[in-house]
Amino acid sequence: MNGDLIVHEPYAGVEQQRAADYMGMYVFLGSEIMLFGGIFAALFAVRLLHPHAPFVAAAHLKIWLGTANTAILLTSSLFVAAATVVVREGRRRTASALLAVAVLCGVAFLCIKGVEYRIEYLDGLMPGIGPKQSPIRDAPAALIIDLYFISTVLHAIHLSVGVVLLGTLSVLLLRQDPAAPPSPITVVMAGLYWHLVDIVWIFLFPVLYLPRP
Amino acid sequence: MTTAPWVNAETPEEKVSYLRAGHTLRSWLFSTDHKRIAILYLLAISFFFLIGGLAAAAIRLELISPTGVFLSNEGYNRAFSMHGIIMVWFFLIPSIPNTFGNFLIPLMIGARDLAFPKLNLLSWYIYVIGGCFTLYVLIMGGVDTGWTFYTPLSSIYANGHVVAVVAAVFIVGFSSILTGLNFIVTVHKLRAPGMTWGRLPLFVWSHYATSLVLVLATPVLAITLVLLAAERLFGLGVFNPALGGDPLLFQNLFWFYSHPAVYIMLLPGVGVVSELVAAAAHKRVFGYWFVAYSSIAIAVIGFLVWGHHMFVAGQSPYASAIFSFLSLVVAVPSAIKIYNWTATLYKGSISLDPPFLYAMGFIGLFVIGGLTGLMLAMLAIDVHVTDTYFVVAHFHYIMVGGTVTAFFGALHFWWPKITGRLYPLAWGRVAALLIFIGFNFTFFPQFILGYLGMPRRYHIYPPEFQTLHVMSSAGASILGLGYLFPLVYLLWSLRNGKPAGPNPWDAKGLEWTTPSPPPKHNFEQIPVVTEEAYAYPPLGEDST
Amino acid sequence: MTPLWPPIASHYAARVDGLIWWYTLVVVLLTAPVFILMAVYAIRYRRGREADRRLKRNSSIVIETSWSVIPFLLTVAFFVYATVLFFNLHNPPANAMTIDVEGKQWMWKFEHPEGQRELNDLHVPAGVPIRLVMTSQDVIHSFYLPALRIKQDVLPGRYTSLWFKADKPGRYRLLCSEFCGTDHSLMGGSIYIMRPDDYARWLRTAGADVSLASRGASLFRSLGCSGCHNGQAGSAAPDLAGLYGKPVPLADGRTIVADDQYIHDKILTPNRDVPAAWPSAMPTYANQVSEDQILELTAYVKSLEGSNGGPRS
Ligand code: HEA
Ligand code: HEA
Ligand code: HEC
Ligand code: CUA
Ligand SMILES: [Cu+2]
Repeated sequence: MNGDLIVHEPYAGVEQQRAADYMGMYVFLGSEIMLFGGIFAALFAVRLLHPHAPFVAAAHLKIWLGTANTAILLTSSLFVAAATVVVREGRRRTASALLAVAVLCGVAFLCIKGVEYRIEYLDGLMPGIGPKQSPIRDAPAALIIDLYFISTVLHAIHLSVGVVLLGTLSVLLLRQDPAAPPSPITVVMAGLYWHLVDIVWIFLFPVLYLPRP
Repeated sequence: MTTAPWVNAETPEEKVSYLRAGHTLRSWLFSTDHKRIAILYLLAISFFFLIGGLAAAAIRLELISPTGVFLSNEGYNRAFSMHGIIMVWFFLIPSIPNTFGNFLIPLMIGARDLAFPKLNLLSWYIYVIGGCFTLYVLIMGGVDTGWTFYTPLSSIYANGHVVAVVAAVFIVGFSSILTGLNFIVTVHKLRAPGMTWGRLPLFVWSHYATSLVLVLATPVLAITLVLLAAERLFGLGVFNPALGGDPLLFQNLFWFYSHPAVYIMLLPGVGVVSELVAAAAHKRVFGYWFVAYSSIAIAVIGFLVWGHHMFVAGQSPYASAIFSFLSLVVAVPSAIKIYNWTATLYKGSISLDPPFLYAMGFIGLFVIGGLTGLMLAMLAIDVHVTDTYFVVAHFHYIMVGGTVTAFFGALHFWWPKITGRLYPLAWGRVAALLIFIGFNFTFFPQFILGYLGMPRRYHIYPPEFQTLHVMSSAGASILGLGYLFPLVYLLWSLRNGKPAGPNPWDAKGLEWTTPSPPPKHNFEQIPVVTEEAYAYPPLGEDST
Repeated sequence: MTPLWPPIASHYAARVDGLIWWYTLVVVLLTAPVFILMAVYAIRYRRGREADRRLKRNSSIVIETSWSVIPFLLTVAFFVYATVLFFNLHNPPANAMTIDVEGKQWMWKFEHPEGQRELNDLHVPAGVPIRLVMTSQDVIHSFYLPALRIKQDVLPGRYTSLWFKADKPGRYRLLCSEFCGTDHSLMGGSIYIMRPDDYARWLRTAGADVSLASRGASLFRSLGCSGCHNGQAGSAAPDLAGLYGKPVPLADGRTIVADDQYIHDKILTPNRDVPAAWPSAMPTYANQVSEDQILELTAYVKSLEGSNGGPRS
């Protein structure tokens, strides 16, 4: 099996460094959860104050685009999961291909999201900007829409980071340069990150798109 | 000159120390050595302490007269807002963890560095970028929201540079998160062979607890600030009642971070004091496990009491009652620490060198601050004294009397390790005494002021309060002077101090087994730990 | 002259003072050992001094438990008393006289039940329970009466309340204690606690102008409320007569009491709590009416007696 780690400064051996890397990633993900947790808390609070607001807001979102994106993201996670298994068996080319598919899924998600934003822009839903007045008369529902933008933009930023990360790994895995191959660990950790971004969406989608009276 | 101008005589240890491993500016600014990064932090936070202190001086000067002295209403509001913001996020939160924690955790657990050295350097740069934003705001005229940024004042009505200062705090938050992450992983994964959890110095335990809070609470602040900035920039309305939002939601989110954050500011100081007390008494800390776990308990329960800042804010009285009760619960682990430290002194061999004077100062002042915190947690009392100087006195007793004192204690204790030089002990004792006296002079009158009904954030105040305010300002000048002393003799010692030798206090702990200053990679060989922390030889002749 | 204790103008204030004295005493007792022992040990076991330093143990569950549990139980006793006092503050007696308070950068406006208005100064009778219903026109303020040991934040968009029964006539400070912007430190005045007959005289000289409710009545017409709420059978909107204080079943199944907050929210965010059996057809007045005017409208709605007296369906 190739792809051994290069042991960096404070570590005594590969095992130790690998364990530390894993743990660092988990701690980081814990902190990310708290970040999105704040937004969910805000959404929850608005909902408690104005039980009708989520319905009104959801009616203005493009549920089909949202559903398509959910499916796409779930698929991408599948490919990432497969890649992390394959790469540990040393099949770097396959792993690279799987990651590339995941990256394509990610890009597709971002494109659809872009289209969605554009429609919403034209509808006047964006806070502060747009060609016409917002169709939403109801202030609390507008709040949910505002939170929708903040949370999905934040999510999209995270996803873009993931796309760059997986894309880079996918290219590096193909390189034959044995000096600095990305180790399986790196792939697994990037995969963890991707799954988290995915899970965040799995929570955002029902909270934002699905409420019905 | 070929050598650095601030060091003349070179001991053999110094020749190979981390201080000598490169002389260029580059070798400092791009170093991933945790010890050098600690020094970078020390310089940066000292700078911000000075700025925050100057703002404090402006506040105290202004309050000498009930009609104000030299500031406009707006100017005063900006002074205390910048004072609070700088002191909390740019001085106190990073103070002990990022300097002493950074320097000592690897040394104490027998590691060559933190788990992610580059991340450590990155976190310093993030801190500096955040700091630049703050300086920008300061130069542009500051902000007038208080450090608490309550909406809708901050989102709609305030005139200052709210978005820029929010950006500064947002950015510096990431520096905190990275540091916390680094510490957690380091403590888990880089302990030397034989360094079990039960052998960790209490300093490491309390930094571990601090890091948990840093990593889990700071992101909530980050997202809250994003919502606030969006509110100010794009007119979002999550916190705006006119748009159906709720200003109390902001307060809930803010305190959900900020109450745990007060323990971020306290716990590292507690860790320092545990080390100092053990070294002072030359004795193992009484009830090691209780002290260790009480830090974790504080970190966990600390997440459940945020509502005690909102007793009169309009939250449900039932919620208030629950938060009040939990605030009493969170005091129990603090009580455990205090009593254990006292018990540690029993039958010790107590040294009264400067670090230990600071430690005792910490205990006394923290107790007063903590007990007045318990008074604030009592609903009927808080209704009267919330948002008065009673609260101001409470938190200065803990944050300045407690943590800043612990910071100075740590500085005096590990200075010989960090620089390899001893400072004049007599001057150290004088400074400790001056700071203690000045501190009480400044802040004790504020308890009385608060109970009399003097609201905080007032610079025009009822004339009957003047005497106490003048006392407080007089005390502040003694305090300021006290803080200047160490600056002078510590810098003097760099050039003229006697070489310290590896263990000037005859203390236990891996950091004292290395030369002073330690070499670049800390240990020639990773040590193997075979004994508990604080394994001082028994003091009584025939104890078994 | 520097006072060292604030004036005590009510029985409640005296009880708060009692609480803090007793509590301080207990707390001093709990911590005196720390201070005394620290000093004693520092002297007796000073390094280099001869002393018996033989030690049996360095940890003890019994000791640890007792010094965590005993202080805690003592504080819990105080917690109970303090909480009872606090709940008392949230339960005004039914016969309390209501004064409306509005905070605004940077002044306090008061409105007495008979319509007298005051700015920054407040006159109240002694010996009578008084309930303040407070709201803010802009940011958060906090209404603070140190002599009575009470304070309550005043928020935009909702009502908070506070009650007291003062018993020592005199003039005391009235302050804003929540930071509210530039002139926060100037936002205050005095509260005059008067003997009831003095208060009655003051009320007369302060000149009762048009009362709150009658101003509300004209607003009710000029804003067009009466267009829908005309109280006739078959009209587009519910009859408001007798509404105040009654439970209202809502469309989503909950029931809510028609209090000041409910009417306030009805005017600003009508779609939030829609009564059962009505379409949510009421427009919002969010940008058309001030908090002042809402107080007046509310007073008017309160003044409408139920036509049939019984509970509304
Ligand atoms: C490092 C900072 C720090 C720390 C550690 C604490 C610790 C505590 N704080 Fe404090 N607090 C602040 C910083 C801090 N606080 C700040 C900055 C504010 C104001 C924010 C603002 O509005 O700007 C504030 C405000 C504040 C309030 C709100 C006041 C108000 O605005 O109305 C309350 C109310 O409950 C409170 C309570 C407590 C309690 C119960 C503790 C406890 O953790 C204390 C525990 C310690 C002890 C109890 C002492 C040791 C124990 C013994 C000696 C044994 C005897 C023990 C018993 C009797 C149980 N604090
Ligand atoms: C976190 C740490 C921290 C620290 C260390 C301090 C340190 C000090 N603070 Fe502050 N303070 C806060 C945190 C802190 N404070 C917070 C969070 C608030 C609330 C803000 C808000 O309401 O939004 C506050 C508010 C606050 C107020 C209330 C303002 C108001 O509500 O109107 C006052 C008033 O006395 C005050 C005073 C002081 C003083 C005298 C010191 C002294 O200890 C400072 C001493 C240090 C120096 C003076 C600098 C070093 C010395 C020199 C460089 C020598 C030269 C100087 C002289 C000769 C004077 N602080
Ligand atoms: C276009 C018609 C219309 C106008 C104008 C109107 N309302 Fe209403 N109002 C309604 C309807 C319909 C309801 C019941 C549904 C609801 O609550 O949304 C209602 C409900 C209410 C209720 C709650 C009644 C209950 O039984 O619970 C109050 C109080 C109220 N309105 C006050 C006012 C006030 C004050 C004004 C003027 C400032 C006003 N309304 C103007 C149509 C109107
Ligand atoms: Cu109003 Cu302060
Ligand atoms: Cu708190």
